[in-house]
Amino acid sequence: MNQSGNLPRSGLGSLVLIAVVLGGGAAAFAYTAGWLSPGRLTPERMIAALTPPSGAPLGHRRNHAKGICFTGVFEANGNGLELSRARVFERGTHPALGRFNLGTADPNAVDATVRVRGLGLQIAADGEEWRMALINPPFFAVSTPQAFHDLLIASGKKDPEAMKTFIQANPEFAAFATWAKTAPWTASYAEEPYHGLNSFIFTDAKGGEHAVRWSLLPMAQVTPISQAELDKRGPDFLEQEIVERVRASGPQRWSMVTTVADPGDPTADPSKAWPESRHTVQVGTLVVQRIEQERDGPCRDVNFDPTVLPPGIRPSDDPFPAARSSVYRKSYDLRAAEARDYPRTGAAKP
Amino acid sequence: MSNEPHRFAPIQRSLHWLMAACIIAMLFIGVGMVSTVAPKYLPLILIHKTLGVTLLILVVVRLALRLHYGAPPLPDDLPPAIKLGARLSHLALYGFMIIMPLLGLGMLWAAAYPVVLYGGIRIPALLAQSDRVHTLLWNAHFYLGFAFFALVLLHLAAALFHALLRRDGVFATIALLPLRNKATPAE
Ligand code: HEM
Ligand code: HEM
Ligand code: HEM
Repeated sequence: MNQSGNLPRSGLGSLVLIAVVLGGGAAAFAYTAGWLSPGRLTPERMIAALTPPSGAPLGHRRNHAKGICFTGVFEANGNGLELSRARVFERGTHPALGRFNLGTADPNAVDATVRVRGLGLQIAADGEEWRMALINPPFFAVSTPQAFHDLLIASGKKDPEAMKTFIQANPEFAAFATWAKTAPWTASYAEEPYHGLNSFIFTDAKGGEHAVRWSLLPMAQVTPISQAELDKRGPDFLEQEIVERVRASGPQRWSMVTTVADPGDPTADPSKAWPESRHTVQVGTLVVQRIEQERDGPCRDVNFDPTVLPPGIRPSDDPFPAARSSVYRKSYDLRAAEARDYPRTGAAKP
Repeated sequence: MSNEPHRFAPIQRSLHWLMAACIIAMLFIGVGMVSTVAPKYLPLILIHKTLGVTLLILVVVRLALRLHYGAPPLPDDLPPAIKLGARLSHLALYGFMIIMPLLGLGMLWAAAYPVVLYGGIRIPALLAQSDRVHTLLWNAHFYLGFAFFALVLLHLAAALFHALLRRDGVFATIALLPLRNKATPAE
């Protein structure tokens, strides 16, 4: 830039040069923003694929739209420090906030119709924060974010061939389909296991690194029940049940278990479970003490973005956490902007 | 600013180009990161936050230097309207440099995200969660981001216009190295 003496002397040449520089700059910007590449998988396209034909759930999460808040504590037993130096693993009681939810984009879904149940959780410790969102199947439906997008598109089509074509291209989906058909249902959020599925890297105090996944396993008695039986219950029985259960029987508990990968285990593919024999560490207990409706509850305003991690935990080569973070951010932006469509009843917040 | 210099002080020139490179990078990273779900999203947003906060600190330093050293005068033969335009556009550029990082931070605070920069540096929240505030700041960061880019392009065009067509020495006032065929106007 500092050799104007060498640049073209003619006025026309200079004008052309200026136009080229500006045009090139603007084009590079447009390209970076994805405006020239309609095929790029953007958060917007993922959200569009999640949106049901009946329209977006304005003011609600774009997926796992139906849910109810809880607060409680995470009781760490100190064993987790063997794997990660995160303070949430230091022996003690850390405040927890979360949300039981259903894997559907419909906030008014009938509970018995939704196969996937989930849990969003945030644990705080000494200024560190750990957020996560877990679901009840023991492995994810597909191997990649692109495949998840394709699944949403295929399952939204009326044409039965669409799903067949999808499964041919993504054979890993068969295992999930089997789980969905055969796994037992329960009649309570408190009886579900919740699995993180994505792999993360834990770093211990000595700098040692461990690829892990984790799960919350219910300590409540699990009573399997058929879907036909659940069909007879009310559309919101899960929310009513958890309110009633906590009121009548007190806090509900889950044991948090981390599983450590052996070298060579598939960390980048959440559709592949690791062998049962892997080393596990029970790191603490989630205690759910209080249930609150989402509309005015504390979980409403939280994005349980799985990449909000304390020092000592970071993402692995699993492509899902990054994809989820970018899409959850967009979902949050949208629902915050639409808060008027889902008005709060309390005067607590504007 | 009574004693007007011929060129910006070396530290001002260095900062101008350092920040120009970083700001252009910020604009590209900004639109790039929000349009991808790929793993690079995470490092990009980390760079965006870290570099953005660094630029906020740098612009404060830069403004202090500007007050201390002042700026060389524009050529006398420049029409007053153009001079005014130049001043206003520079004012606007400073405005963008201050407001953009503040909006970025504010929008994250208002969404209850922890703001953690490279190296684990955590910036405490100065705003409580609020859907309304988040949406307002998000919109401002979004639209002003594009306005900033447009103004940078205009600024670039003006600089090239001075350097290539007018050759009036304006470019030399900010150039990092002295220009070979100096055309600094006599004053
Ligand atoms: C690329 C794949 C995925 C996409 C695009 C996606 C999309 C979404 C979106 C848009 C939300 C709403 C976020 C918000 O507004 O706060 C959400 C919530 C949720 N997702 Fe995902 N998701 C993906 C993968 C997963 C995986 C692998 C899991 C489980 C391991 C999961 C579990 C959940 C849960 C439990 C919630 C509810 C969290 C809450 O209560 O706020 N998702 N997902
Ligand atoms: C993000 C990018 C940029 C920003 C934010 C920026 C900002 C500024 C500001 C605020 C000034 C006024 C200095 C003052 O009076 O205190 C200035 C001056 C100047 N800039 Fe930039 N600049 C950028 C990029 C560029 C580029 C790419 C060029 C040229 C190729 C350039 C060329 C100049 C020139 C020639 C001046 C001197 C104007 C004068 O003497 O009044 N700038 N810049
Ligand atoms: C010079 C300073 C900055 C510039 C020029 C800038 C520019 C941009 C641009 C162009 C976008 C893309 C907007 C879109 O297309 O949606 C963006 C997004 C974003 N910026 Fe910045 N930014 C700056 C500073 C910051 C800072 C300091 C932070 C936070 C600490 C920040 C946080 C964000 C976030 C979180 C987004 C994504 C917003 C969303 O869609 O949810 N920015 N920025």
